[in-house]
Amino acid sequence: MDQEQTVTGKSILRVDGPQKVRGEAKYAAEYNIPDLLHAYVVTASIAKGRILSIDLAAARRFPGVVEVLSHKNRPWFWPVSFLYKDAAGPPGKPFVPLDDDRVYFSGQPVALVIAENYEAARDAAALVKVTYKAEQHTTDLAASTAFKPRKRRIGVAPVPHPTGDADLAFAVAPLKIESTYTTSPENHHPMELFATTVKWGKIVTVYDKTQSPKSVELFLKVAFRLIGRKVRVVSTYVGGAFGLGLRPQQSVFLAVMAAKALERSVRLVLPRDHMFALGYRANAVQTVSLAADEQGRLQAVRHRAVAATSQFEDAQDPMLLFSASLYRCNNIKLTYELAKLDTVSPCDMRAPGAATGMFALESAMDELAYVLDMDPLALRLTNYTERDQSENRPFSSKALRECYALGSERFGWHKRSRAPRSMREDKELIGWGMATGAWEAAMSPAPARAKVMVRSDGKFEVTSSITDIGTGTYTILSQIAADTLETTMDRVVIRLGDSALPFNPIQGGSWTAATSGAAVQSACRKLKSTIRSRAKHTGVLGRGQGAELLSASALIDLLKLQRGRKLSATATMFSFPFGKKFSSATHAAVFAEVRVDEELSVVRVTRIVCAVAAGRILNPNTARSQIIGATVMGIGKALHEDAAYDHNLGRCMAHGFADYHIPTNADVYDIDVVFVDETDAEVSPLGVKGVGEIGVVAVAPAIANAIFHATGERMRHLPITIDRLARAGSR
Amino acid sequence: MKRFTYVRAASIDQAIESLSVHADAKLLAGGTNLIDLMKYDVSTPTTIIDINDLPLREINETADGGLRVGALVTNSEVAIHPFVARHYPLLASAIFAGASAQLRNAATVGGNLMQRTRCPYFYDVLTPCNKRAPGSGCPARTGLNRNHAILGASQLCVATHPSDMCVALAAIGATIIVQGPNGVRSIPLADFHRLPGDSPEKDTTLVDDEIILDIFLPPVLEHHRYSYLKIRDRLSYAFAIVSAAVLLTINDEAAVSLAHIALGGVAHKPWRNTAAEALLIGRPASRVNFDQFASMLLSGSVALSENDFKIDLAHRTVVRALEQAASRTPQSQFDKRVH
Ligand SMILES: Cc1cc2nc3c(=O)[nH]c(=O)nc-3n(C[C@H](O)[C@H](O)[C@H](O)COP(=O)(O)OP(=O)(O)OC[C@H]3O[C@@H](n4cnc5c(N)ncnc54)[C@H](O)[C@@H]3O)c2cc1C
Ligand code: SF4
Repeated sequence: MDQEQTVTGKSILRVDGPQKVRGEAKYAAEYNIPDLLHAYVVTASIAKGRILSIDLAAARRFPGVVEVLSHKNRPWFWPVSFLYKDAAGPPGKPFVPLDDDRVYFSGQPVALVIAENYEAARDAAALVKVTYKAEQHTTDLAASTAFKPRKRRIGVAPVPHPTGDADLAFAVAPLKIESTYTTSPENHHPMELFATTVKWGKIVTVYDKTQSPKSVELFLKVAFRLIGRKVRVVSTYVGGAFGLGLRPQQSVFLAVMAAKALERSVRLVLPRDHMFALGYRANAVQTVSLAADEQGRLQAVRHRAVAATSQFEDAQDPMLLFSASLYRCNNIKLTYELAKLDTVSPCDMRAPGAATGMFALESAMDELAYVLDMDPLALRLTNYTERDQSENRPFSSKALRECYALGSERFGWHKRSRAPRSMREDKELIGWGMATGAWEAAMSPAPARAKVMVRSDGKFEVTSSITDIGTGTYTILSQIAADTLETTMDRVVIRLGDSALPFNPIQGGSWTAATSGAAVQSACRKLKSTIRSRAKHTGVLGRGQGAELLSASALIDLLKLQRGRKLSATATMFSFPFGKKFSSATHAAVFAEVRVDEELSVVRVTRIVCAVAAGRILNPNTARSQIIGATVMGIGKALHEDAAYDHNLGRCMAHGFADYHIPTNADVYDIDVVFVDETDAEVSPLGVKGVGEIGVVAVAPAIANAIFHATGERMRHLPITIDRLARAGSR
Repeated sequence: MKRFTYVRAASIDQAIESLSVHADAKLLAGGTNLIDLMKYDVSTPTTIIDINDLPLREINETADGGLRVGALVTNSEVAIHPFVARHYPLLASAIFAGASAQLRNAATVGGNLMQRTRCPYFYDVLTPCNKRAPGSGCPARTGLNRNHAILGASQLCVATHPSDMCVALAAIGATIIVQGPNGVRSIPLADFHRLPGDSPEKDTTLVDDEIILDIFLPPVLEHHRYSYLKIRDRLSYAFAIVSAAVLLTINDEAAVSLAHIALGGVAHKPWRNTAAEALLIGRPASRVNFDQFASMLLSGSVALSENDFKIDLAHRTVVRALEQAASRTPQSQFDKRVH
């Protein structure tokens, strides 16, 4: 098939777009089942302690209430905590709702009301009276003691070993900076609320919002020992997740618990305020020390991070991943520590770790550039590296230099005057800042499977359990299938997000396109050769050998001749992370313009250019949407998002979008996304690196650096809210 | 949400009677605040009296050149009304600075006057709060208070009034016409909202069985200058950290001949200081004088643990709003740039 006709690499509109626009795409909370019960969670008001008493009487009497469950009367589930381990879980004891009388965090579920309708469940929940014996709690990272995690979280790269002598190099270097950066906790707020609808029966069908139907199925089977029943987890559409759906959530556990207890179908939709207690992007305190010689060559990089975790798990993310590999330097020392808080466990949130770690590293690089009186981009180019020095191997591809060049050109970076406060228009100070972004480019560590089958109408049906969390997975997998099967997209029917379909790992880490995409490609290739050989045997070869054989009419004939035998193929993709000869990463260069009212500290991010090198781009349309969405999230991280805690109460006081600010349309001006060509034969069979996370990494530091350039104030805490900026300015 | 009885009032008298008969009754107008508070169990009325059938939807010019606006007129209707746009642009501007288009379409004038604070503890029934549960304490004092009051607060409560519209009404000097079992009375806006003092649970001086009929805007000032400047945590759709409403006239000698200035987001009510305003009269509309005025307006402000920045920010906001008004370049609510 010639290049003209292929669809991979082209801006194809989302194949699931029409269903979504017409409201036909069903989400977990939208499955209506006869006699469905509705559940509502009662949450803890204290951060730490024990439940002394729990009075369910009033709630039980409430009209419409069927049952109220607490740790005292809940159905049996395995008491052994290791059984609750999931693919994305960190070391420790996973939180199990309604397990016992212990309270680990404010907002923790302590009871579940199940009623004939949602309103009755919600209203009765307010009648549950809980008394506690509170214990001393800590939710303040600054007041908690740091420690090195004893066990490493599986799947998170180890913190690179020190090289050279960073302490000595830093001490003797002529030019250096050392700064401490802090971040507020952030919450994931996908548009779709976490929700589960359980259809109880011989087969237990669980419509769930998750990034991994397969791991939820496994988790439920183990946790509830659903012997003799089949469990099927369906997540056909997922309205965003950002990492909060990587682990089986409280909602699915509670809904299935209720269904099992009552042997009835149950739906649980968590309201927005409950979503603040499901997981969060760990807040961190980071100190970065950088030293350079007069030419700007890095002599020492030290980066120490202390990240929040819960009392019961050692959550870890790759916060320091790029501090050892992004720039050339012989003396590197990285320290990653945790501090325990009485909160729910932090969990992965878009570009976990990296987005926080790179804020510190890239702010520090900017600070160093000013110590050196050097252009911040020139400093990055001076320290550019073609090798991954932390692993001592080359990159499979790295077009970061091209990102810098293209991004800076589109932005007009060369017109920047270096001194802070040197650009203004009327009452606004103008600042231009930039930062580098990086994220792992990897295949999933777990295998991915895909199946493709010829339907009786001659169309191809592609199936995989992978979810589409809004990223465009349906579309790109259809494109890959169409091209591999040498046909048009209208002959490809695709079904995803169902644990009954061929196994796929969790959708996260930007590896879906590379891994599940490769599985689809491989299954389609297999199917083609199956078709050829069957055609030979059945004698329909008269139609020719090539694309003609794959036409609908030829396939219908073939199926008829086969008398009921199916035409299908299944393929499995493995990736071997060991003994790799290359390191692989996606890169980005982000340039931001801010305008800051000099007296009032009002910040506007008026322009962002984001140049991305992410290997082969399967669909510029969906890829661009990923980067735009991530950029907006980056603006939120830089200026707005703050899950503020009252440390006296040990409670997150943000309960909804009224107090947890995310950018509005007015906060988002011009976003210019450009992809740099990058061919990479090593990273994955399709040459794909993934675009899910890279867009968010460099945005916050670029904005913080632009604010410094505008105002001369170095803002070392995210988000940079008006109080912080105003206070800095009045110092 | 607590279960409640729903009544639809057919007349004003009936509404008042229902209020008197049912303890814990609440009037329902646009519902954008009340229903929210009920969903979170912050407000737990046993009876809801829907007043949407009452004849309170008119906007009428009065004989003396003022304007009467019915309590059920929506915020949007006020803001786009030609007479308001022409003669009370400050009010239109303040309304456009608030909430979102959808909310303004539903929210009413009466409801806006009566909307409750946005203090996060007030909204969270699992925390103490003197305003919601008198005597339970005020966690904001020692907790999260970056957006709390710097003026007129009490030991018991440091909450602010969140309205934008009311700040403009304070500068305009509106009067609220209310009716109760004993008849109709009018309350100057300055006396309508109260400081928390010993009873933070009371936001206003409206009595339990009274209903707001309309607001009266005094006759238009000829050739006045104005600006409404709102500073918030993002460029749209957020409550004010501070806001300033300015009405100014400047005479032929370039001296200030009238100055009405109200601050929002700083106290339990829109904040005005008429003594400070008087000092501006007869003096040049200059930055120095605006600065002095702002200092006097904010005299007595007290910072809590996190809101120290507000004092200085409020000062700068007032000065800028005065400059915008004086130069006849009022803040636009559509271009998010402050100029
Ligand atoms: C997300 C969000 C953002 C917002 N942002 C802003 C903002 O930026 N700026 C701003 O100013 N406001 C903002 N608001 C608040 C909004 O302006 C108010 O909710 C609205 O004005 C209330 O009017 P309503 O008619 O809906 O009142 P309702 O909710 O119906 O009633 C509110 C209260 O007023 C009482 N009441 C209503 N009418 C009368 C009457 N005639 N007589 C006596 N009592 C009466 C009710 O009993 C109730 O106690 C926001 C609201 C939301 C939900
Ligand atoms: S400031 Fe007022 S509303 Fe807020 S917690 Fe204190 S008493 Fe309650």
